[in-house]
Amino acid sequence: MNIKNTLTHAAEKKPDSGVQFSRVNKVKWLSFPYILWSAGFILIPLVLVLYYGLTDNNNSFTLSNIALITDPINLKALLLALELSIVSTVICLILAYPLAMIMNNSKMQSNSFTVLIIILPMWMNFLLRTIAWQNILEKTGILNTVLKFFHLPTLNIINTPAAIILGMVYNFLPFMVLPIYNVLIKIDKDVIAAARDLGANGTQTFLKIILPLSLPGVISGITMVFVPSLTTFVISTILGGSKIVLIGNVIEQQFRLGNWHTGSGLSLVLMIFILISMALISKYDKESEGGNLW
Amino acid sequence: MKKVIISCLLLVFAFALTGCAQKDSEKKVYVYNWGEYIDPDVLDSFEEETGIKVVYEEFEMNEDMYAKIKAGAVQYDVVCPSDYMIQKMIEEGLLAEIDFSNVPNISNIDPAYLKSAENFDPGNKYSVPYCWGTVGILYNKTMVDEPIDSWGAIFDEKYSGNILMMDSVRDAFGIALTYLGYDLNSTDEGQLEEAKQLLQKQYPLVQAYVVDQVRDKMIGGEAALGVIYSGEAIYTQRENSDLEYVVPKEGSNVWIDGWVIPKNARSKENAEAFINYMCRADIALKNFEFITYSTPNAAAREMITDPDIKDSPVAFPDQSVLDRCTTYRYLGAEVEAMFNDKWNQVKSE
Repeated sequence: MNIKNTLTHAAEKKPDSGVQFSRVNKVKWLSFPYILWSAGFILIPLVLVLYYGLTDNNNSFTLSNIALITDPINLKALLLALELSIVSTVICLILAYPLAMIMNNSKMQSNSFTVLIIILPMWMNFLLRTIAWQNILEKTGILNTVLKFFHLPTLNIINTPAAIILGMVYNFLPFMVLPIYNVLIKIDKDVIAAARDLGANGTQTFLKIILPLSLPGVISGITMVFVPSLTTFVISTILGGSKIVLIGNVIEQQFRLGNWHTGSGLSLVLMIFILISMALISKYDKESEGGNLW
Repeated sequence: MKKVIISCLLLVFAFALTGCAQKDSEKKVYVYNWGEYIDPDVLDSFEEETGIKVVYEEFEMNEDMYAKIKAGAVQYDVVCPSDYMIQKMIEEGLLAEIDFSNVPNISNIDPAYLKSAENFDPGNKYSVPYCWGTVGILYNKTMVDEPIDSWGAIFDEKYSGNILMMDSVRDAFGIALTYLGYDLNSTDEGQLEEAKQLLQKQYPLVQAYVVDQVRDKMIGGEAALGVIYSGEAIYTQRENSDLEYVVPKEGSNVWIDGWVIPKNARSKENAEAFINYMCRADIALKNFEFITYSTPNAAAREMITDPDIKDSPVAFPDQSVLDRCTTYRYLGAEVEAMFNDKWNQVKSE
């Protein structure tokens, strides 16, 4: 979302914006397919979740579905999901920021090649990649076979939280790298040159110039990793052997058993965390006034 | 104003599209079956012979299938639930009575199975048995040092990290209740609590909770013991001769999966044609050879040429084995909720 905004914003930010702006206004109706799409597949489902979450089997209003989050089982699943998704977000950030900087500084002729390498794994289905990790990490899996061959101690992390964190980091890392990289390449090199001219050393330039300017990318990266990690149930099922129950699994289980009201109520609780990260994004993404669709 | 007109036009267009999609259901049959539970060639030959196109979908658990049918959002013509689920769906009025004049091949089904199907479908009005089997332990002979004959093995700390447990509420509790010496259809809260505690004690020993994955994991030597449906046993033994299947001495569950027609089916005639086709001896045999789940089709069993399979104790166990096995009954919504609740407690250790 943020990348797109920044891109369109950059495109719009031209002189004589009066003429430009009216043209942009005229083609606004082109966004209607999207508005229709989001109404059908985002807005209406959201309203349904809200409705089911706030009603009971007799369709009368209740808050008991939401209150179910205080049930020890659900609370534990929520806390564990929070813990694992925070850990994997931090790991993603630690891996992605230097990577994005290297990509930005590389003298490579075409930047698109480095971006391609990051995106390449995403051409394969998410489920297949996760199942592949299961085969790699299993007790008799690829990794342990190799380790055994070299008479090294085997690694038993399958069906543990560590395997789930690995799966989250692996699957969501591109969502951290790309927004940060996108922001970094847009930083005016002259700004950095000016800082160096004025006597700032490398660390100071990074801390006072690059880091603050890249913050929007970092924030959107964090959201794009944190939210799917928090809500995932597939990664925990496949790499956790159904032994580790995250809040996503609890909600999935409720829907599987046909308890739509309970499932929706718990989803609403999760949505609070998502809203918090959205609020964070909009705080750092102040440029959005220009690209307002509605 | 322009915006309103355009959005209205788009809406009309969208509705028109969905309207079109619903029209041509005459020559289709929507089948909802267990995963890997049919020979795909059979679907092709059915399409060829009858001209009815098969739209085929799969589920992994009875509970998944039930939630979808109950919600009514998807209309299927033929579904293949297990015994207790068939009973539940009959009681809730979700199923249509089958017109057996359209299913003459029912005569191929061994009357013994029709009789045991009466436990959950009195009068055999709503279902036609498709496959049956037992729940047991599949073990790797090279990874255990004693012959396995008791459920005790999967609760034994000796095999910690080497146990694959069934990720299914009824099967998990059925096993625990049987091991404790109770009826696996028990509704007694105290007994269920005891079973729950046993399963909680087992949790740290379990490598993973699985359903369909147990097959590949056992073939790959990933675990020493796995709880498995008997139908998978023949297949896994073919792939890995170290594997052995046993129905534990404490007893177990014997189940029957049957074809049923939901009340909201689009085409009952096509559904009945499909069920009839599945009961044809050569087709039942083809399916049996492909999925290796025991067939209740007596005519098909007669046609099995390999004597090892025809008299296989796994596919067609002795009466003495069946005598210690029980079918699941539907226990009512309240007890079911209790089961689910306790199972969630087990899983969130």
